[in-house]
Amino acid sequence: MERSQWGTRAGFIMAAVGSAVGLGNIWRFPYVAYENGGGAFFIPYLFALLTAGIPILILEFTIGHKYRGSAPLSFFRMGGKKLEWMGWWAVFVSFIISVYYAVIIAWAMRYTIFSFNQAWGTDTQDFLFNDFLQLTVQPGQTGGIVWGVFIPLALVWIITLGILLAGVKKGIELANRIFIPTLVVIFLAVVIRAVTLDGALTGLEAFFQPDFDAILNPTVWVAAYGHIFFSLSVAFAIMITYSSYLPKKSDITNNAFITGFANSAFELLAGIGIFAALGFMAAQQGVAVGDVATAGVGLAFVVFPQIINEFPGFNGLFGTLFFLSLTLAGLTSLISITETYVAGFSEKFGISRNKAVLFGGGLAALISILFATQGGLYFLDLADYFINQFGVAAIGLVEVVLVVWVFRKADLLKGHANEISDIRLGAWWKFSLGIITPIVLGYMMFGLLKLNILKEFETETGNYEGYSDMFTLAGGVAVAAAALIFGILFSIGKWHKEQGEYDERN
Amino acid sequence: MTVSSIVVMIIGMVIIWGGLAASIIHAVRSSKKNKARDAANNV
Repeated sequence: MERSQWGTRAGFIMAAVGSAVGLGNIWRFPYVAYENGGGAFFIPYLFALLTAGIPILILEFTIGHKYRGSAPLSFFRMGGKKLEWMGWWAVFVSFIISVYYAVIIAWAMRYTIFSFNQAWGTDTQDFLFNDFLQLTVQPGQTGGIVWGVFIPLALVWIITLGILLAGVKKGIELANRIFIPTLVVIFLAVVIRAVTLDGALTGLEAFFQPDFDAILNPTVWVAAYGHIFFSLSVAFAIMITYSSYLPKKSDITNNAFITGFANSAFELLAGIGIFAALGFMAAQQGVAVGDVATAGVGLAFVVFPQIINEFPGFNGLFGTLFFLSLTLAGLTSLISITETYVAGFSEKFGISRNKAVLFGGGLAALISILFATQGGLYFLDLADYFINQFGVAAIGLVEVVLVVWVFRKADLLKGHANEISDIRLGAWWKFSLGIITPIVLGYMMFGLLKLNILKEFETETGNYEGYSDMFTLAGGVAVAAAALIFGILFSIGKWHKEQGEYDERN
Repeated sequence: MTVSSIVVMIIGMVIIWGGLAASIIHAVRSSKKNKARDAANNV
């Protein structure tokens, strides 16, 4: 079977940027920066981008390009069965993320419609949790299906799987070539309007005011590395899969720089837009920006509707553009996450791409119905926390340690990248991957394990968000463990004969 | 906005957006150079 290929370099970059730019850029970065020293946060942030984010991106682009396969196949070709399991682990982490990520896009899609007449009313929190999500059950209970979420969720999966069925060039590349410029234009319009509102400068002052004492605090550095890591779609199997579709002559090092900087450029834009809007809201309510600043679901679906309510004019238009931005940013990421297991299943079992899309994507779509139930938000929140911290971050740590220290492939990969790229990698790349990244991620993992095992959360139960032990184990720990167990199980079977042979001198 | 906030904002924009612009310009230039080299080799 001939391997799919990107049509153009720009197409690949758009797809990689589309994967990296997601909901986190809009609703996570601004608050993380604000909470960790404001303007001073840019120092550890840029340091993390250049010593962890871009080096890992180069590593994954090189692995995919050199071994020309999905993450499991690339790792298999690099180190046999002893490495294949890690590729599958990343694929199953992506599978789990896709099942709940699709639901958040469905909410954003529905809120785009709600924006037309501000259907959320004046009490936006009550509307989200009671009217829209119908969150009337206890954590761990599902309740009935919420049709207002289920219908847009079905639409999200139809769009995503439809794009994947069209293939790499005519599906993923074409979709990203349309979605990414549209997202940038729409989001730019949102930001321009936000910075011209009354109180916007107060919001920007809160966002950029540097607290240089904060950068002496190690937790700020861990927050910067953690954010760069989650933001760039590394350790998800995505970048390995995407770069495996590059032609042989590809400047992979500069592609990684463009992807890394584009992701940061978008989140800086998001920070400006979000804090300008928060400054406006704080001015309207006569409170400090810190009193309205928040992140995640609360920012997007509770605070932003309030901001839209208080807009001086064109409320519907501003709301539609904001939620459309969230929908597009989410869709481009979901496409890339789903592609990881489509490519993996197709190559492992020798089935056609279409069958892999329908089987893998169909299964993910079915499981995602769990998150469209009345108790779906609790499942989503817990699965998201555990799969990110003990899936993505753990894979990143294991990946760099195995590749650099155990299998000692860093020099081989550096040689491959230098052979085809304009920007040559020096000793800084291996030092970043082999020393800086493992130390920071190791420190982060140690802190997370301690926090969870010793139950040090400041909640009633000591668990994350105060969830019960039973629900934490079943909905969080078991989910993160399942990704690893399935990863190991899938690596036991043989590869389809077409994938069996590979000459490392290629 | 205070002077320190404005300075930080400008430095952040220059480094991040400038870094993006520089890497894109580099990609465009090297692609033109490679095309010219390929054309010369074909002659």
